[in-house]
Amino acid sequence: MSKSDYKGVDYYNLDDLYADEEKAIRGTVRDFVDHEVIPIIEKYNQEMKFPMHLIPKMGELGLFGPTLPVEYGGMGINNVSYGLIMQELERGDSGVRSFASVMSGLVMYPIYTYGSEEQKKFWLPKLATAEKIGCFGLTEPDFGSNPGGMITKAEKVSDGYLLNGAKMWITNGTIADVAVVWAKLDGKVKGFLVEKGTKGFSAPETKGKLSLRASVTSELVFEDCLIPAENILPKSSGLKSPLSCLTQARYGIAWGVIGMAMHCYHTALEYTKSRIQFGKPLAAFQITQEKLAYMLTEITKAQLLDYRLAQMKDNGTMRPQHVSMAKRNNCELAKTIASMAREMLGANGILDEYPIMRHLNNIESVKTYEGTHEMHTLILGEDVTGFAAFE
Amino acid sequence: MKIVVCVSTVPDSTTKIKVGGSGKSIDEAGVTFIINPYDEFAVEEAVQLKEKNTGEVIAVSFGTDRAKEGIKKAFQMGADKGILIKAASDDFDSYTVAKNLAAVIKDLSPDIVLFGKQSIDFDGLVVPKMTAEFLGMPSVNVVTKLELNGTDATIEREIEGGKETLKAKLPLVIGAQKGLNTPRYPNLKSIMASKSKPIEEKAAIDEPVKSSVLEMNLPAAKGQGKVFSDGAANVPELVRLLREEAKVI
Ligand SMILES: Cc1cc2nc3c(=O)[nH]c(=O)nc-3n(C[C@H](O)[C@H](O)[C@H](O)COP(=O)(O)OP(=O)(O)OC[C@H]3O[C@@H](n4cnc5c(N)ncnc54)[C@H](O)[C@@H]3O)c2cc1C
Ligand SMILES: Cc1cc2nc3c(=O)[nH]c(=O)nc-3n(C[C@H](O)[C@H](O)[C@H](O)COP(=O)(O)OP(=O)(O)OC[C@H]3O[C@@H](n4cnc5c(N)ncnc54)[C@H](O)[C@@H]3O)c2cc1C
Repeated sequence: MSKSDYKGVDYYNLDDLYADEEKAIRGTVRDFVDHEVIPIIEKYNQEMKFPMHLIPKMGELGLFGPTLPVEYGGMGINNVSYGLIMQELERGDSGVRSFASVMSGLVMYPIYTYGSEEQKKFWLPKLATAEKIGCFGLTEPDFGSNPGGMITKAEKVSDGYLLNGAKMWITNGTIADVAVVWAKLDGKVKGFLVEKGTKGFSAPETKGKLSLRASVTSELVFEDCLIPAENILPKSSGLKSPLSCLTQARYGIAWGVIGMAMHCYHTALEYTKSRIQFGKPLAAFQITQEKLAYMLTEITKAQLLDYRLAQMKDNGTMRPQHVSMAKRNNCELAKTIASMAREMLGANGILDEYPIMRHLNNIESVKTYEGTHEMHTLILGEDVTGFAAFE
Repeated sequence: MKIVVCVSTVPDSTTKIKVGGSGKSIDEAGVTFIINPYDEFAVEEAVQLKEKNTGEVIAVSFGTDRAKEGIKKAFQMGADKGILIKAASDDFDSYTVAKNLAAVIKDLSPDIVLFGKQSIDFDGLVVPKMTAEFLGMPSVNVVTKLELNGTDATIEREIEGGKETLKAKLPLVIGAQKGLNTPRYPNLKSIMASKSKPIEEKAAIDEPVKSSVLEMNLPAAKGQGKVFSDGAANVPELVRLLREEAKVI
């Protein structure tokens, strides 16, 4: 009874490749998005609020850190399932997907990978159920694409570390119980766990966003903020530690934006089949069909890219550059498809009755964060030429 | 508490049905099969009963291998064990289904047996009742509320234009109607746990069918609609046609 008519887009029968459990996980998140996200998200988007009531529900479903082992509150799922979760969430809204991405890829992953056993045992199960919320602070006002230049620094003092500096554009910042903060200790990047309420730490919300509005974005400010010695992530070392987290989150984006593209395509297809102009459905005109064929083909290519990427991630052969290709390609196509869909709906395309304008605005953030299109171009460029154009 | 829930597997409710080459069954090409939607209410109720009273939920299905779909969904929602009574072909009727279910359920000696009120493929509405009859258990169908107190059950069911409240003793057969509960989205934990839950296969008893399909036809295609575009001026004509042609008023 809890079924919706939305069946996704599967032109090349990828469903034949997905295992039962992968399809079941997708089905559960699809139902969740149909019933809990889509009916309410436009309102939250306009009010520039994150739908906080969805957090415990997503925790109950097991959507946070699901690839982690069961002993730390994870579900031990593979990366196809993880990708499908992201795909469905982002069909709902990029802000909702971003929340899950940050929790899984940018908070739980670094604690799991670079944390002490005590940190893992304490934080991971609480983050998995969303009893605690996390954020990830890397970007600074003056260092975005070039995070290695960061000026936030940590200083060893007798009773812990003293943090000074500021982070900007931090998803979940204001609502987070714990921030994974990257700062330089003796000139080298290290990770720190900064808990909400720590003296000298504040996280004001960023106002005036016209994109990713159903998501909390914040500044993190550290003014002689003293954190206990045991809050350093002991196994983190150098910029490659935060970059490895970005690889996780970018992987989720590469899948997520396909969900957005599928939603836009689906909406445009249904609309143009029923909208009559010049005596026949818009879908009967060649120009419309050319657009639909383009959208469908690009979505199918992106799905295949992601499926192979998931296999490589599961078998340990995936490199960060592989993720760059998928993140770069899929964000670009999602943006093009959202924009085309907007035009195909004519004036209706600008209304909040349809999801397209919101998706179109959201993709602007998604294309920028986790490495801009240009940065992924340069990463691929360096990979194939051996010349780093950005150093 | 031993709870049996019977599930069937049906074409997805959004499927565009085509009649197959034999003219007696549907063309299954491209059809996705899902748990019968009413059975989801039965499974949910079964799992809630287990959560309240402890015990186990056994999902039972009669059918071909395809019927495992329904059992798997029941697993994901929290059923513990599954039994597939293996039919040799799709050529069976409600009587064969009920006979087979009853034979297997009898050996399980359950406290309660739950069904969806009907399966949305053939809409027979008879399997829960027939099975109860073969089991010698009381049964209530189209149930929207179930309360247990020891072996006493208080049950609400929908009737034309209202509701009826009944009492009965366990063991009992219940047919679930929409509204009985809200079926859960299986969470990742139970989806992952469902992978290791066993489906036991049992041979069907050889029970000849009492009825068989002669032919299957799609409903006649909808005729052209009539469009009236002159506003209020058309109302008398519209009323006349509704009365004399469509005979709906
Ligand atoms: C809604 C939102 C949420 C975010 N959430 C987080 C978060 O949770 N945590 C976090 O740490 N960060 C977060 N970010 C920050 C995000 O990662 C950065 O915005 C991104 O890395 C780009 O940095 P920048 O905005 O400073 O742009 P800049 O680095 O100033 O880049 C501006 C433009 O210049 C281009 N450019 C830069 N360098 C080069 C070059 N060498 N050659 C050619 N072109 C170049 C870029 O591609 C871009 O088009 C978020 C951002 C947004 C918008
Ligand atoms: C903010 C706003 C203000 C407006 N103000 C005014 C106003 O003041 N006065 C006024 O009269 N109108 C106004 N309009 C209406 C505007 O002119 C129409 O929206 C526009 O003409 C497109 O019509 P439509 O929205 O019905 O789209 P449709 O005609 O339904 O077109 C939908 C899509 O199908 C495409 N399409 C249509 N026909 C074909 C074809 N044969 N082959 C291929 N593709 C086709 C279109 O290019 C478009 O991409 C306004 C619209 C907006 C959004």
